[in-house]
Amino acid sequence: MGALQRVLTKHPAYFLVGPAALWLLVFFAFPLVSLITTSLSDPSGSPIAGYDMTFRFQNYSEVISEYWPYLVRSFVYAGIATLLCLILGYVLAYAIAFKAGQYKTILLVLVVAPFFTSFLVRTLSWKLILGDDGWVVHTLQALHVMPPDGRILATPVAVVAGLTYNFLPFMILPLYASLEKIDHRLHEAASDLYASPARTFFRVTWPLSLPGVVGGTLLTFIPAAGDYINASLLGNTNTQMVGNKIQQLFTTASDYPHASALSVILMALIVVMVLMYVRKAGTEELL
Amino acid sequence: MSLADQPRRDLRLTGLTKRYPNGFVAVKSLDLVIPQGSFFALLGPSGCGKTTTLRMVAGLEDPTAGQIHIGDQDITHERPYRRPVNTVFQNYALFPHLTISENVAFGPNRRGVKDVEKLVKETLELTELTEQSGKKPAQLSGGQQQRVALARALINRPEVLLLDEPLGALDLKLRRAMQMELKQIQDEVGITFVHVTHDQEEAMTMADTVAVMNAGVIEQMGSPYDLYTNPMTTFVANFLGRSNLLPGTVVGREGAGADAVVKVDLYGTVVSIPAAKVHTDSKKGWVGIRPEKVLIQPAGVPIDAPGEHFSGAVVVSSSYLGVSTEYVLRMPWGGELMCFEQNTGRRGGLLTVGTSVDVSWSPKFAFLLDSSQDVEAGLEED
Repeated sequence: MGALQRVLTKHPAYFLVGPAALWLLVFFAFPLVSLITTSLSDPSGSPIAGYDMTFRFQNYSEVISEYWPYLVRSFVYAGIATLLCLILGYVLAYAIAFKAGQYKTILLVLVVAPFFTSFLVRTLSWKLILGDDGWVVHTLQALHVMPPDGRILATPVAVVAGLTYNFLPFMILPLYASLEKIDHRLHEAASDLYASPARTFFRVTWPLSLPGVVGGTLLTFIPAAGDYINASLLGNTNTQMVGNKIQQLFTTASDYPHASALSVILMALIVVMVLMYVRKAGTEELL
Repeated sequence: MSLADQPRRDLRLTGLTKRYPNGFVAVKSLDLVIPQGSFFALLGPSGCGKTTTLRMVAGLEDPTAGQIHIGDQDITHERPYRRPVNTVFQNYALFPHLTISENVAFGPNRRGVKDVEKLVKETLELTELTEQSGKKPAQLSGGQQQRVALARALINRPEVLLLDEPLGALDLKLRRAMQMELKQIQDEVGITFVHVTHDQEEAMTMADTVAVMNAGVIEQMGSPYDLYTNPMTTFVANFLGRSNLLPGTVVGREGAGADAVVKVDLYGTVVSIPAAKVHTDSKKGWVGIRPEKVLIQPAGVPIDAPGEHFSGAVVVSSSYLGVSTEYVLRMPWGGELMCFEQNTGRRGGLLTVGTSVDVSWSPKFAFLLDSSQDVEAGLEED
């Protein structure tokens, strides 16, 4: 008791970090070790009987050669969705931060409002909106933008649209947070120093919002790259993402070692991409 | 063409008005000429419209009515980035993501000026910031940030430099030092400085001309000396330094020309006021006298300066400030009178509370204001 108390008074940081460290250990570090162990096990076992850990690195080469197109597709879809989210989200976050006045709070609530319904239900309703008898398709056909037999559902467009929709709030909130912090007088100062509104944006607003841009793109890209709900509900067999494959390997095929290997590869690729991205954005200190 | 032949580029505000959508009129039909190359101060309490005036000149607010000219050039509705005007913002508004030299280079870069580097170097030297050039604003002290804000505006060599409470965030000592520095820089560059402040001492220290602003209008404009010695309204008398304002009745007029005086009955004693310092046409007025112009001696001791004379006053409080002592006296008519006395040691010791004293002031220091004005206008509320 006395010793513990002394440690806690002398090093309060341990006390504060403790619960989080314990949480991460139990729910992140242990599962990660287990995942990596499984990914190196002999796939001839079964989830019930267990797998023998044999350092079978072939699991990795096998999933890469088999599933690389899914990995590429995941990153392409997630990348496009992130870019769309950034464009749409930036405009909206900018408007909320600088132009909304008294409607600021209402708009922010509306941004968060979709979270009150489940991810699954929201994605399912996109099935109706983009369906062959939905108003989007009918309108586009009536305008002759789309051939009479054209469709959106079960195409890459539908998957990317779903991803964009579902992850947009994760882009808007960090963007808003960093835009809102920008002192309006900086805009006035830039204007006073001969910068046109466009130049003010690119020289002052954009650089100062970079922490939000980096945070928002990470929060959008990472979950979007691993998502499988949008692809399975709005896509077809040719639009499947790596998440769908991992899910199938774990559930339908009960092939845990290969599923684990694919998961580890996805995770490693994302970590590498994020590190490269953050370094390029040069905002480690801002994150 | 010699300098004298060039058309003057004075800053001229004509009927300038700002009415906000909620009906509040911040600036009421302001007419003002600020001569080229002068150091001009707009002085007033918060909410008097001085900052709004400045922002209209900068182009950050659109005037509801009136015009702004620099020389013959109408800039009333010109975009802020097209005006030959730069601003030193309150709290500086430095770009936090740029280094000091990038902050300073911002204006010239936008305008595509040649040899920006050399210009930045010179400006940083002028403002003694050379060693800070690679740092970010957050790494600088308040005084250094202030100088960066100044450098960032000055480098553009604007025709008019606007300073919005530029020293407000600094502590007293630093503020004094910066006042001197600003004044010196203005002398060096010769640009018209328009300085907005609520600090009367700051305005008086730095400016050639001070305009005292209240409730959207200019109450009085002139040199610090004129404003202080000859205030025209109770607001100016109270806001710029302090004043004793006593109700009097005009009883006559004597003399002519520069020697003309107006005779005023002040609680039974007739005092004289120079006609040039009389600012009312009515019979009644506020007789004004600055506290440091009031001389006192213990009752019966002669006061070695001729002037108005009152006896029967009593010291009711005294505050010793080191360099001077501030007395409050109860006058025979029941009212109070402030008296600030330099601690020259001439009398030897302070006057204690309860001491009976005689009071005197020289007529040439008195002034007379309109009795319809609020005697407490311009007093700080706190």
